[in-house]
Parts: sequence; C-alpha cells; structure tokens
Amino acid sequence: MSTAAQSPTEAATPAAATSIFRRNMRDFADNRLALVSAVVVVLFVLMALAAPLVAPHDPNATDLFRRLQPPAWMEGGSWSYPLGADALGRDILSRIIYGTRISIFIGAAVILVATTIGILAGLAAGYLRGWTDVAISRLVDILLGFPYLIFAIGLMAMMGPGLVNIILALAYKEWVIPCRVVRGETLVTRELEYVEAARALGASRGHIMLREILPNILSPVIVVSTIRMAHVIILEASLSFLGLGVQPPTASWGAMVADGRAFILESWWVSTFPGVAILLLVLAINVASQGLRDAFDPRFSE
Amino acid sequence: MSTADGDAPLLSVEGLSKTYVSRPGFVARMAGTPDTRVQAVSDVSLQIGRGEILGLIGESGCGKSTLGRTILRLHEPTTGRVTFDGTDVTALDPAAMKAMRRRMQIIFQDPYASLNPRRTVGDIIGLPLRLHRLATSEAELRDRVTEIVERVGLKARAVDLYPHQFSGGQRQRIGIARALVSHPEFIVCDEPVSALDVSIQAQIVQLLLDLKRDMGLTYLFISHDISVIGYMADRVAVMYLGEIVEQGPVERVLSDPRHPYTQSLMSAVPEVHPQGPHKRGRVRLTGDLPSPLNPPSGCKFHTRCPLAIDACRKVTPATEGVGPGHSAACHRLSERLSLLDPDDAPAAP
Repeated sequence: MSTAAQSPTEAATPAAATSIFRRNMRDFADNRLALVSAVVVVLFVLMALAAPLVAPHDPNATDLFRRLQPPAWMEGGSWSYPLGADALGRDILSRIIYGTRISIFIGAAVILVATTIGILAGLAAGYLRGWTDVAISRLVDILLGFPYLIFAIGLMAMMGPGLVNIILALAYKEWVIPCRVVRGETLVTRELEYVEAARALGASRGHIMLREILPNILSPVIVVSTIRMAHVIILEASLSFLGLGVQPPTASWGAMVADGRAFILESWWVSTFPGVAILLLVLAINVASQGLRDAFDPRFSE
Repeated sequence: MSTADGDAPLLSVEGLSKTYVSRPGFVARMAGTPDTRVQAVSDVSLQIGRGEILGLIGESGCGKSTLGRTILRLHEPTTGRVTFDGTDVTALDPAAMKAMRRRMQIIFQDPYASLNPRRTVGDIIGLPLRLHRLATSEAELRDRVTEIVERVGLKARAVDLYPHQFSGGQRQRIGIARALVSHPEFIVCDEPVSALDVSIQAQIVQLLLDLKRDMGLTYLFISHDISVIGYMADRVAVMYLGEIVEQGPVERVLSDPRHPYTQSLMSAVPEVHPQGPHKRGRVRLTGDLPSPLNPPSGCKFHTRCPLAIDACRKVTPATEGVGPGHSAACHRLSERLSLLDPDDAPAAP
C-alpha cells in the first residue's frame, strides 16, 4: 500500500485522490506510439463528422471527361482531384472522406450493439450459472463454429442490403466475443468477498451484476471492443467489396476497392487509395487499443 | 449473558449441515463417475445469547467460515435450521430474507478483497442504507455514513476516497463500518484480524469490543488464534472437520479442555515461561487435517488422536455434558485423561 495509508489525512492529497481510471489514462498517454495512433483515429472521426466541409467535391458527382484521371503528381493529374478520379470521374479523395463515415459508423454501431448484448449475456451466464450459463455458452459455441464472413454473407443474402442489415449481420456474431470475456471475468469476480458482502447486505442480483461486478470487469471489455472494432471495419469493407454491403452510389471503402479491380494495372489509384485508408484506420485502431490494453490491464504490460 | 440465564437465545443453530456436491462432466458421468460430496459442516448445533460473544476456533479448512456463511444464508444449508430472534431464517422467502439481512451482518477476513475497488468508501458504507431505504434523503445518508466512519476511528473525509488509498487496518475499519451502519444485532466476524499486523490486531479487537458494548451487539467470532478468542469470547466452540467437538464457557474450555483435539490446540499455544513451575505436556499431532472428501469413520479425529482406541474408529461419539454449559464429544471423556498432563500423555512412538 501507499505510504499515505498511515493516515487518511495524508491520503487526501490530490495526487493520491485519483481514481484507477485516471491512473490508467495517464499510463496510456505515456505510450507515444499509442498516443499518435489515437490522434490518427480522432482525425478520421473528425473527418467523418466534417465530411461536407473537408471534401473538395460532391462524392457522387460524375464527370465523364475525368474518367480514371491519375493523381495530381502524375502526368495528366490535377490538384483539384488530388488522388485522381474513378471510372465514373468521381473524386477519389472526396469519396474516401465520405467513406470514412460508413466505416466508422458501422464499426461503432456494431461494437456498441454487440458489446451491450455481450455484457448482459456474459454477466447472466457468469453470475447466475446453471441453465442460463448452459444456454448462453452453448449458443456462443455454436456461433463460434460458423466462419464469420460466410455467416455474415449468408445473413446479408437473407435480409437484403442496407445499413441496418449490415449492422445486424455483423452484430449477430460479434457479441460472442465480449460475452466470453465478460463471462470469464464474472466467474472470477463473483467469488470475491466484496460481492459476498453485497449479498450479505441484501443486494439484488441485478445490483450485484451491474453495480458491483460490471465496473470491475469493464477494462478488459473496453480493450477487447476497441480491438474488435478494427476487425468489424475490415468485415464491413469485405461485405461491401463483395457487393453485399453498402449499395452504390454511397461511398464505401470496400466497394471503392472493388470498383477499381477491373483497371488495377492501368489505373492502380482507384483501388489503392481506399485500400490505404482501410489500412491506416485499422492499424491506428489496433495500435491505440494495444496501448489501452497495456495501460488498463496490468497482466499484459511488459 | 450465556444461554444458561434462561433467556431465549438470539441465535440458535440446530443440526446444520452443508454438503457441496460437485458433478463430474458429462462424459465422466456417463462412464459412471459418481458425484463428489464434501461435507464442510456436519450436524452443528449451537446457541448464542443476546450480547454474547461465541468464539469459534479450529484449523484452516475445518469449516469455520462455511458455518458462519451458512448461518447468514450466504450459502444455503443442506439440512438443519437457523433461528434468529424467534424467526426460522432458513425458511424465509427472498423478500423477508432481505429484510432480515439488515439485522445480521458479516465482517470479512481479507480487507483487500472485501471492498469494491471501484467505489468510494462513502458508496461502500452507504450501500446498506440505500438497499434498505434507511435514509430519507441524501443529506441524511451522508450524515449517517460520516457518523459511523468517525465511530470506527477514521476521518470524515475518508468517505470521498477509494479503498486502495487505505492500509489494511483502515480497510478493516471500513468493512466494520459497512457491517454496522444499518444497526444490526448479530455479526459474524470471520477472522477479522488474522490478515492484519499484530499491532493493528489489538486495535481492531478493542474496537470490536467497544462497538459491541455501545451498540448491544452479539458476535460469532471465528478465529484460529486461541489468545484472541480467550481475550474476547464469553463461550467457545471448537471445530474439527465440520463438527463441533467441544463447547463451553471460555474460561472452562481453555483451562480444562476435555476433548483431546482442544487439548492439542492448547498445547500449541506458546508459553510465556516455558521453564516455569507448571510445565505442561506437549502434544504433537501427526499428519494433516484429513480430506473432508473422504472423512474418517467413527470419531473424525481418531486418525490423529494419541488416545484413540478401537471404539473411536467405529463409533461416532455422542456429545456429552462435562460441566455447566460445557460439553464435548469423545469416547474417553469419563477417564478424564489430559494430553496436557505429562502422566497421561502416551509416550512418543
């Protein structure tokens, strides 16, 4: 324990009076690479929010005279279309900027839905045990048996395209990841004496699960969810690449990569720049979440 | 003070048993592997009078903590009955049990595990008041929390801090404040000082005694430390492998222990003057506590008892009275043997 522990008077100094969360955030800020990555993620988010202000052109405006125009620094390029134009003469930069909205919105929405379901199911399975645990755990096992992308493709084929359907198709399986994390942590935490103390005081099962256990297992869940968000963004891009995701003419990175497939040798920029955008965002989220994990979970710090 | 006064006891435990059943996995079950049963507490009966401290003593793993938790129905008893102030606690429905929990509380052994690290001390201590709606306003709640925080010897500003900002002894005071803020009548003290430094132990023991006097409390005080029990308790119950082997007023049990297990526990207490005039015999128990998975037949202590005879291996001894309020369960009680008397102790093998 800290030296301040000898008297509660000393313990009340501002430095000691910080919560565990603040201490973790300080650790996170000390990690340079993770901090830079977090800034990159924030820039992407800002770009998505301010898309109409940042994008030089309407992402859906076609200009047949500029079909497959190369990026500005190549011969035939122009700075009004910095990353060139696609087969319909649409500005690639503007479409990437608008595509950020789709990637981040779907990624965040899927993770939000999946994590909420996963937390509730995991808490119920881990704390209530018995048949609740058997039912939830078997369902998780069954869902884990399906290949993710093929499962999502099947669902999209059944439900038809559309933003809400994409989110549902991905969340259908995504919730098992936070669910397993939460269940495992709950199994450990439920045996701790402070949980027993709450039961001895007459606390309800709902209170114990949501107020006593959940705050103590949230760190690993947040970490896993951020890592998974990168994965979901790739999955959305994959669905859109296959034509099952966001429907044209809405700009989506996966669909843009698919659009350039036919001319990848002559007009490489059509596929490459949206691909780089996917890479950058996913990489930044991964590195930032790695930093989060190190800061929040002492078991993983090296 | 004790039940001998003729008052109805505050707490009465009759034939309480707790068996844990662990079922093997599906495949093993199909292959005929039977369920594993651990009888942690077996057929325990005891009574605690209002305002009394009953010390419960025994080795680690003998079922002391399980008994305390089963009395509070933190674990459901397998058989037996717990009566608190005339109410059969074991038969209460969940709503009535919740109301009853305000009156029976527990203080835990490990002050690091027993406080939720994510909640402030004020939240932790205020929880019982919130759960039982004992405060009409936030201001009153805060006043009552502050009052009990100061009563257990902490500064009022402690309510805004987190548990990790306190030492073990201070955390134990927080745990005591949480148990007492709802003004319960009965407290299970589950080894509340065993995890603390010796210097802190004395402070916490004194605090518990002061609080008992001021608030009219009744304690079941679980410990493996005979000196703490001797200092605090009015009566003492000795537990071995889930059973109470001897029970009685503390001064009688500690000065004239009748069960060979109690005698061996007493002989393990270091003497202040080992070369003094009253040199007593030393009993060295061989072997470990047998596994409760496969408890010995007859008297459960026979595997380690220096006085064991054939009957001990076959017949479970009945509990007999050996003095006012003093009882023990041993086949050789009538012979009045004492392992502490060098004349009676068998020669070392």
